[in-house]
Amino acid sequence: MKKFALLFLLLLASCSEAVPENAVILVSTTSTQDSGLLDVLLPAFTLQTGYQVNLIATGSGQALKIAEQGNADIVLLHSPQAELKFMQEGFGLERRPVMHNDFVIVGPSMDPASIRAQPTALAAFEEIFASASTFVSRGDESGTHVKELSLWDQADLDPAGKDWYLETGQGQGATLSIASEKQGYALTDRGTFLAYRSNVDLVILFEGDPILLNVYHVITVNPEKWPHVNLMGAQAFADFVTSSEGQQIIREYGVEEYGQPLFIPFVGSESP
Amino acid sequence: MSFDREVIQITLLSLQVSGIATTASLLLGLPFGTWLALGDFRGRSFILSIINTGMALPPVVVGLVVAMSLWRSGPLGDLRLIYTPWAIVLAQTIIAAPVVTGLTAAALESLDPRLQQQLLGLGASRIQMILHLWREARLPLLAALMAGFGSVISEVGASMMVGGNIRGQTRVLTTAIVLETSKGEFERALALSALLLILTYLINLALTWIQQRGVKR
Repeated sequence: MKKFALLFLLLLASCSEAVPENAVILVSTTSTQDSGLLDVLLPAFTLQTGYQVNLIATGSGQALKIAEQGNADIVLLHSPQAELKFMQEGFGLERRPVMHNDFVIVGPSMDPASIRAQPTALAAFEEIFASASTFVSRGDESGTHVKELSLWDQADLDPAGKDWYLETGQGQGATLSIASEKQGYALTDRGTFLAYRSNVDLVILFEGDPILLNVYHVITVNPEKWPHVNLMGAQAFADFVTSSEGQQIIREYGVEEYGQPLFIPFVGSESP
Repeated sequence: MSFDREVIQITLLSLQVSGIATTASLLLGLPFGTWLALGDFRGRSFILSIINTGMALPPVVVGLVVAMSLWRSGPLGDLRLIYTPWAIVLAQTIIAAPVVTGLTAAALESLDPRLQQQLLGLGASRIQMILHLWREARLPLLAALMAGFGSVISEVGASMMVGGNIRGQTRVLTTAIVLETSKGEFERALALSALLLILTYLINLALTWIQQRGVKR
């Protein structure tokens, strides 16, 4: 019995290490993690500033809720409407554009709905709807899911409840795997798709419509709401990702592996 | 939260999938556990140690292996089971079977060994003897069943990986809770959690009632 008590105390002691002072809690979307960009960006930031980054990668919906409740210092997201609401409610201190990439529609190379030939993203969605082809949706209120719903909405279509419309409620990577197994269409950010391309039996079928632009912003959490947030660290992170060095890393990421950058840095561009 | 159709559908699917998986694990675990408890052969302790390890089998590991087997590119891909409720049943059976097997073996081993000799001495056939032992050990055996059911109704890792959490098809209570949490809908997540706990309680209440029936106080 004594041995057990000792073991238990040892276990407790090993868990009690608190988060160090120089840690920044970053909450971001699964797409930035799944694409692998943060694996390069975060170590460079730590090397330059000494701040450790504790990353929580989750859907945009939960990401903002986590920040609203004071559990994060900084947010890196691509869900403009939700972000603006977050700012209006006073949870964010400063919001800066960091980079963009675009959404693409992927699907089986056979392209049963013939969306390759369509002039616009909305026309492609109309073809998928009309042909009742399998479409795999994130269904998790993430930035990508919100974008997809807005596209259906703009096309005046309502796929909810149709038997060809599958909602996974999971991250982009898992959703692509399911789309591949079901040989269905899916809306995805280009970065995640390029990172997953070799594992899935899907190809890009539609791209290039300006409506599909995907912009990422960094937001520092307002210390007026939550005094314990690490504002210094958060600002250091926002400065770093928008600095010429951070932007250079973003510009170069993926070129070697995929032959094209996954994200385009935003320096000099206006916030949409 | 309104008790909408979707919640009912998710709940029924959870009960169906975990119910079938528990039944399958009982059909596998009860005979196998009995064989392990009564048998006298080399390697018995080794098999028992494997089974006991299996009782702690992490659902995500089972999920990963079952998913990779069922992918179209995997060895069982032609069955076209991935992302269907049957895939979840398969994974959950693999999770629950060692629990039922291990606890069955432990239940029967804890009986007085002279009971077997006595029964055989009284002229019982081997089948009759085993049936009698099962009846004698029904309390721990039902506990084994409850533990098996508890291990699958509450797991999320395997259901997520092999089922895909597809709305209306493979979304079960636990994966729905993960989803609502990831959407930041904490109240819905809590309501679903409460529902899951109440259901688990009711089922265990029923099993406990069966278990305690006829117990002399």
